[in-house]
Amino acid sequence: MEMLWFWLVSVMMAIYVVMDGFDFGAGILHLVVAKTNEERREVLGAIGPLWDGNEVWLLAGGGSLFLAFPKVLASGFSGFYLALWLVVWCLMARGISIEFRSHLEDGLWRHFWDGAFAFSSVLLPILFGAALGNVLRGVPVDGSGYFEMALWTNFRQGPQPGILDWYTVLIGVFALVTVAGHGALFLAWKTEGAVHDRAKGLGMKLWGAVLVLWIVASYATSAVNPGIFHRLPQAPLGWVASLIFLAGLGLVFVGLKRERFLMAFLGSGAFILGLLAASAACVYPVMLRSTLDPRFDLTALNASVGSHGLRAGLVWWLIGFPIAIAYLTFLFRFHRGKVKAAAEGEGY
Amino acid sequence: MGDPLFWHRLQFGFTATYHYLFPQLTMGLALVIVVLKAMGLRTGEARYNDAARFWIKIFGINFAVGVVTGIPLEFQFGTNWAAFSRFSGGIIGQTLGMEGMFAFFLESSFLGMLIWGEKKLSPKGHFGAALALWIGSWLSGYFIIATNAFMQHPVGYTHAADGSLQLASFWAFVLNPWALGQYAHNMIASVVTASFVVAAIGAYWTLKGIHLEQARLNLRAGTILGLIFSVLVAFPTGDISGKLVAKYQPITLAAMEGRFESGPRANLTLVGQPNVAQRRIENPIQLPAVLSFIAYGSFSSNVKGLLEFPEDQWPQNIELLYYSFHIMAGLGTIMIAITGLAALLLWKNRLDTARPMLWVLMLAFPFPYIATAAGWAVAEFGRQPWLIYGLLRTIQGGSPTVNAGHTAFTTLGFAGIFVVLSVLWLFLIGREIAHGPVSHSQKA
Ligand code: HDD
Ligand code: HEM
Ligand code: HEM
Repeated sequence: MEMLWFWLVSVMMAIYVVMDGFDFGAGILHLVVAKTNEERREVLGAIGPLWDGNEVWLLAGGGSLFLAFPKVLASGFSGFYLALWLVVWCLMARGISIEFRSHLEDGLWRHFWDGAFAFSSVLLPILFGAALGNVLRGVPVDGSGYFEMALWTNFRQGPQPGILDWYTVLIGVFALVTVAGHGALFLAWKTEGAVHDRAKGLGMKLWGAVLVLWIVASYATSAVNPGIFHRLPQAPLGWVASLIFLAGLGLVFVGLKRERFLMAFLGSGAFILGLLAASAACVYPVMLRSTLDPRFDLTALNASVGSHGLRAGLVWWLIGFPIAIAYLTFLFRFHRGKVKAAAEGEGY
Repeated sequence: MGDPLFWHRLQFGFTATYHYLFPQLTMGLALVIVVLKAMGLRTGEARYNDAARFWIKIFGINFAVGVVTGIPLEFQFGTNWAAFSRFSGGIIGQTLGMEGMFAFFLESSFLGMLIWGEKKLSPKGHFGAALALWIGSWLSGYFIIATNAFMQHPVGYTHAADGSLQLASFWAFVLNPWALGQYAHNMIASVVTASFVVAAIGAYWTLKGIHLEQARLNLRAGTILGLIFSVLVAFPTGDISGKLVAKYQPITLAAMEGRFESGPRANLTLVGQPNVAQRRIENPIQLPAVLSFIAYGSFSSNVKGLLEFPEDQWPQNIELLYYSFHIMAGLGTIMIAITGLAALLLWKNRLDTARPMLWVLMLAFPFPYIATAAGWAVAEFGRQPWLIYGLLRTIQGGSPTVNAGHTAFTTLGFAGIFVVLSVLWLFLIGREIAHGPVSHSQKA
């Protein structure tokens, strides 16, 4: 049961990254791919009806973590205190920028929100990537089950690292480039004209960079957490996940080459999903690795709640998850086709 | 000030109170919009759809602020209340998870369709989107209230080997009697808020002599809904809430009423100031034996006073509790009087010209906001000194590794963000009100 919930939480979080990833990506590229007000409204129109639903995956994933492994949530959230508030404030700024920008037909007002939108969209993947980096590298959890970390210390590894060190910043940059690439493919799929052309051109370059960074990041991960990949050959789910992300990577390049942008976008989604799932398979059952002593690791087994709660949660999860997927499908079908900037006074 | 707990509490109370200003309106407004869309479908008259369109705009702006202020609340359980989350996550994680899964997905999926989809959807489809949003927001309300109700009156749990709480009965937890009572009272209060806002806009347009057809519609809808729900908020639901407190938190009841001595035929205090140091209530005006009746259904029932309980179980801020409760109940009475009078004038067909009444309706819209904030203060301060009633004290709940400086910094950060949000909100809402309702025929 604990193992099942470890996977459910991982999958929810991975879906979150895939979903919010493309609207982060659209935000990162916003100022670059869209120059005129019309074009910017096209970008916002493409993600406008979707971003809030995407963000709910974070809340639902967080809820699942809370319900199954409250000790991990308590330790991780309070340990990353300031970094997490930075994340939340960026999420708030982003939501407001998307929702409020088009309410007023005023150049300065709109420039301001465009800037806020792009800025928060750049910062968020770096922070989320750094958070993932911390989980892979380990944090100084002690015998009480808690830890406390400075935002950064000397950027080097050691028993008392900062939240940002060379490794986590590297993962942050990898995350930034990957979601930018993911967003470029989304925009190439959903838009036409100048935005489409620019997104297409950037997509090629970004995915080349993803490939390089992926190799560097994997190498760095095995350097800071030796043995992390040892589990992979024995984990069948790890194999499946690896196949998914490799296939996804292939689809991205094939799709880009053949100008089949939906295919490329689905490929980049699969790449992100598979890569995160494979990472989860590598660390299972550890959820928060202790840099002090492996005995202090918080794992799916020692941090979970009792089996009655897990079973009750599973029942409604099995009902709720298909419903959520159904809304998602409906939403994408409802907004199918290329977006056009709506008339003034309507749309995003 | 060097105590992290002080800042944790301040931050949570402040951010929750601010967040709730927005859902409080949107949840009630969602129902109003459903009613307007239904009338539009039934009668085929454009004015209902015009009114709905205006309120959907207001809804959208409020919803956006509700979303961005709700996200930090969800995070605070882990960041600021780590020990509490560790202790009770096995239980309250259930409802918080379900809220995401069953409510937030529903709301976020259909919001866009409601706001921008009127031309793309059939009239029935647009009504459907309104219905979905109403259901979603009221479900969200239930899950969050059930979470809060567990803190007020924990049920359905057992203790695990390490002392933390574990789910023993899912249904006992989800159908907590406290949650049912609190939900009914709270949701009805949100409809009162929406009715007062609708009536205030109607009164404003009437007094200014603009948008007169829409103004009449809003005045009617606001007054009628306002009267019905103002009565319901006091009776039976306010009464039920009071009885729940009397039954499960008798100390809180004593503090709410500023009652120190125990005894039968307890008086209900209408006016007076509690003096905790002297253990008495100053210059009271009281109704004899009414408190006994309200709390337990009989005039002769014994109502315990604070002195009967050890002092370390008293809520810490008895004065605030007392005033908050009296403000809520007092405003509740005043709101019944206002809407009752307005409904009478409406019935006599004189409301549109009764300028003093219109002034009152226009200016009364803050009352439900004040009453609601006061009501939450009663619930949350009344729960003290417990974080989970009888199980975990508030001093045991904070994050052990987060220091006061960090929490002070984030609390001030929120203060700044909320000022900015408030200014933006006022500006955008003000524009919509000045702009007024747009009819479809006019625009096309
Ligand atoms: C329009 C707003 C409004 C109005 C007019 C009233 N209430 Fe209320 N009340 C609320 C809005 C509210 C609330 C904000 O919705 C609360 C806070 C917690 C909750 O669930 O509901 C609440 C809580 C609350 C509680 C505390 C429950 C607890 O400790 O958890 C009691 C005892 C009452 N109410 C009783 C009343 C009575 C007897 C009223 C008589 C007129 C009344 N309320 C009017
Ligand atoms: C499900 C909903 C809610 C939950 C789970 C909840 C939970 C909490 C928690 C954990 C605290 C901090 C601990 C404490 O000081 O007791 C708190 C305090 C507080 N909450 Fe709530 N809350 C909820 C809703 C609300 C709402 C809607 C409001 C106001 C509108 C509110 C107002 C406050 C206030 C004023 C405090 C400070 C109390 C104090 O410091 O003693 N809460 N609440
Ligand atoms: C401490 C308690 C609370 C937490 C943790 C919380 C959390 C949240 C979150 C995360 C959102 C954004 C959802 C989205 O992205 O779509 C939200 C919105 C919402 N919340 Fe809260 N909330 C709290 C208190 C309340 C209370 C007491 C109510 C009502 C009873 C409520 C009702 C709503 C509603 C209806 C929305 C939808 C947005 C809106 O209508 O403005 N919340 N809340």
